[in-house]
Amino acid sequence: MEFFHNPKVDWLGKKWYFLAFSLIFSIAGVSSMAWHWTHIGSPVPLGVDFKGGTQLQVRFQQHPDISKIRTAMDAAGVRDSSIVQFGEAANNELLISLPEVTNENSLDAGREKIEIALNKQYGGTYTIDGGQVVGPTVGHQLEKQAAMATLWSMLGMLIYLWFRFQLIYGVAAVVACIHDTLITIGAFSLAGRELSLTVIAAILTLVGYSMNDTIVVFDRIRENLRLSRREPLADLVNRSINQTLSRTVLTSGLTFLTVLSLFIFGGQVLNGFSFALVIGILIGTYSSIAVASPMLVAWQEYRARSGKAAVLPAGRRSR
Amino acid sequence: MKKNLRTKVLVIIGILMVFVYGIFGIPSGLSGKALQAAMTQRIHLGLDLKGGAHLILQVKVLEAVNDETDNTAARIRDDLKQAHLTYSQVYKPNPLKADGTGQPQMIRIEGVTADQASAVRSLLDSKYSSEYDVTGNADNSFTVTMKPLVESDLEKRTVQQTIDTIQDRVDTLGVTEPTIQQYGLGDNQILVELPGISDLDRVKSIIQSTARLEIHAVVSGPFQDEQTALAGVGGALPADEELAHYSGVSGSEADQVYILQRVAIVKGNDFRSADPGTNPNTGQPNVQFTLTNEAGDRFYQYTRANVGRYMAVVLGGRVREVASIREPIRDRGEIEGSFSQEEVTNLSKLLSSGALPASLTYLEQRTVGASLGADSIREGVTAAIVGLVVVLIFMLVYYHGAGINADLALILNLVILLGFMGFSTATLTLPGIAGVILTIGMGVDSNVLVFERIREEIRAGKAAAAAVDQGFAHAWTTIFDTHVTTIVSAAILFVFGTGPVKGFATTLVVGLCANLFTAVFVSRVIFDAHLNKLKSGEMVSI
Repeated sequence: MEFFHNPKVDWLGKKWYFLAFSLIFSIAGVSSMAWHWTHIGSPVPLGVDFKGGTQLQVRFQQHPDISKIRTAMDAAGVRDSSIVQFGEAANNELLISLPEVTNENSLDAGREKIEIALNKQYGGTYTIDGGQVVGPTVGHQLEKQAAMATLWSMLGMLIYLWFRFQLIYGVAAVVACIHDTLITIGAFSLAGRELSLTVIAAILTLVGYSMNDTIVVFDRIRENLRLSRREPLADLVNRSINQTLSRTVLTSGLTFLTVLSLFIFGGQVLNGFSFALVIGILIGTYSSIAVASPMLVAWQEYRARSGKAAVLPAGRRSR
Repeated sequence: MKKNLRTKVLVIIGILMVFVYGIFGIPSGLSGKALQAAMTQRIHLGLDLKGGAHLILQVKVLEAVNDETDNTAARIRDDLKQAHLTYSQVYKPNPLKADGTGQPQMIRIEGVTADQASAVRSLLDSKYSSEYDVTGNADNSFTVTMKPLVESDLEKRTVQQTIDTIQDRVDTLGVTEPTIQQYGLGDNQILVELPGISDLDRVKSIIQSTARLEIHAVVSGPFQDEQTALAGVGGALPADEELAHYSGVSGSEADQVYILQRVAIVKGNDFRSADPGTNPNTGQPNVQFTLTNEAGDRFYQYTRANVGRYMAVVLGGRVREVASIREPIRDRGEIEGSFSQEEVTNLSKLLSSGALPASLTYLEQRTVGASLGADSIREGVTAAIVGLVVVLIFMLVYYHGAGINADLALILNLVILLGFMGFSTATLTLPGIAGVILTIGMGVDSNVLVFERIREEIRAGKAAAAAVDQGFAHAWTTIFDTHVTTIVSAAILFVFGTGPVKGFATTLVVGLCANLFTAVFVSRVIFDAHLNKLKSGEMVSI
């Protein structure tokens, strides 16, 4: 059984379509982020991990009435509370969040107030299944850690690819990764989903995955370059992509299916994480063909026009 | 050739058995329940799966520095008096304030006459220059500052003492496998993880009061409120006295104000033990305590000079109980007042565990209830199984015979991954389960790379053995590159991530490393075994 029998698609010929597609999604994402920035002060809604605050998962014995709870909260002096359903409706679980705590000496105050408010109406018929209270110190620390992790990751990849191929390959791959990250975060912004620490972990994973995918194509390009020096680069790159197409579609397909299984069955806690991966894997595969490869060819053509020889990785050690 | 193959197969089976042991240990039976029980015993589950509380506390180390310099200031005063050198005051120009700002490591000595300046200087140098920097100022005053190295050393010791104290408190409650350790990168933060406990009130009562416990000398009181107290001393307090409110042992009695000596006679970590007892003469409940030797000496000096006066037990800046000094006390004594039995028990508890060298504030609190944890396990495992089954079936359908190859390699991969988790102290978290799922998807990629290449070689006309050979040879570079990049990014996640994210990075890294072994070595061995059985000219099923 085989999906693609000797495909001969002219990928690079379609590069303007790809560019348009990428631009549309990027711009949609960026505008959404700009909108969020002016309204809530950050490009994507931030989870409790980063902006601090209180978040309680409360399980009720009977179906809870959200508007009644909100009135009870207001009456107890709890302002700015956010109350949403958590998981399936049948679970009778709510996620109650309060914004940032400024006074670290009474980190608990928010939680206690919520409990007082709930006790009035639902005393004894609810349990707090789980909760997070994050103070501003830890929130800032996590923000820094997430930023550092992302930067070091990208840098590490760039250096590794520079070492194994040539600088331009590294740059093209990193640009593809940045493109993927931008569109994924844009998707979060458009969907109004929160960014938490596990979501950042998912984004870093998809950076690794996108890099993987790009490397598979680059590896084939490198091998073909060694074998045929006369072929025009665009044709060679097309051929390389076509040769690896079967593998690319299969692997992405399989990884996508496993991640989709996580998104559907994996529960509420990992929902943001799996959403990031679902989008990331699709975009990561797309970017190796639509962003990294055309960029490679464009760079070589630019060098050719200005009279310099093409930069080939053939000279470096390969095995 | 064949013998080589047999050794390889034996090696693989050996590895399989080792890691199956890692997952299950020696189970009591082979039923589903017995296996499940065996597995949960071997594999450590993170808090987000088994339920529990996760706390991050900040140790206010500046308080320990403050105590140390208070003592030093007192010693400087004594030394100057003994040497008959005049001074107007020894004080801290920038004292530690309630919000944690200030520079408690600086002491200033003022009012030294010009002719005594050099005598004062040599006194200070001889006694304090090992731990403090002594600087003379133009107006014949001196600044004594704790050396930065000494200060950071003190701060480190304070954090360690705090960790030990909390460990003691948690130990007495029999919490299974608590984690109490330094957290983060040097910011004096402590991580406390208590599995199985998700009721935050209970958690707080275990760690008990995070404020500090001290005994101060009472100068005068009780007064109705602060104004009355100040009016009694003419409107302002001298620098070595302070006001404190009274709140009783259970913390809820009417407000009263006392004037106390600022420097404590006895601090929390001077107590060695405290137990409730009864006065044999009067039958009154009291608290019987013992102090450490060094504190005992100090206490003796003080109580001998102050029989009949009062001392106050202060917790977190509030007076909890006021007791009279009946006789000189060395290191063993009683605290008596009109206590009830319950008050005495509470006070003993406070005293015997109140050995925190500095206060703590909560920076972060997370709890996961047992049912939420169980839900997470169920959902994660379901997702993993669905993902696995989909991949296994697909590989069989798409690659026919070679698909069996890939499936066996994938299952061995998971066995090695889970076995490793069982052997090591790594914890499996919910993102960790997601890492297992990702390993399934990414791991099968290696097989796809090899198989696609083999198909290409067959299309180009090679015979079975040569095609397999070339397939593995060409695919190896790509497999290696892709694994290294993902492992690098997962390693960075491990360094910068917190608990659950670390769990994800761990399973991903281990899974990919195991994959390098199974997708290349094991898969190749299975192919070779199959090739041996082929007749010449026959092709592999792929």
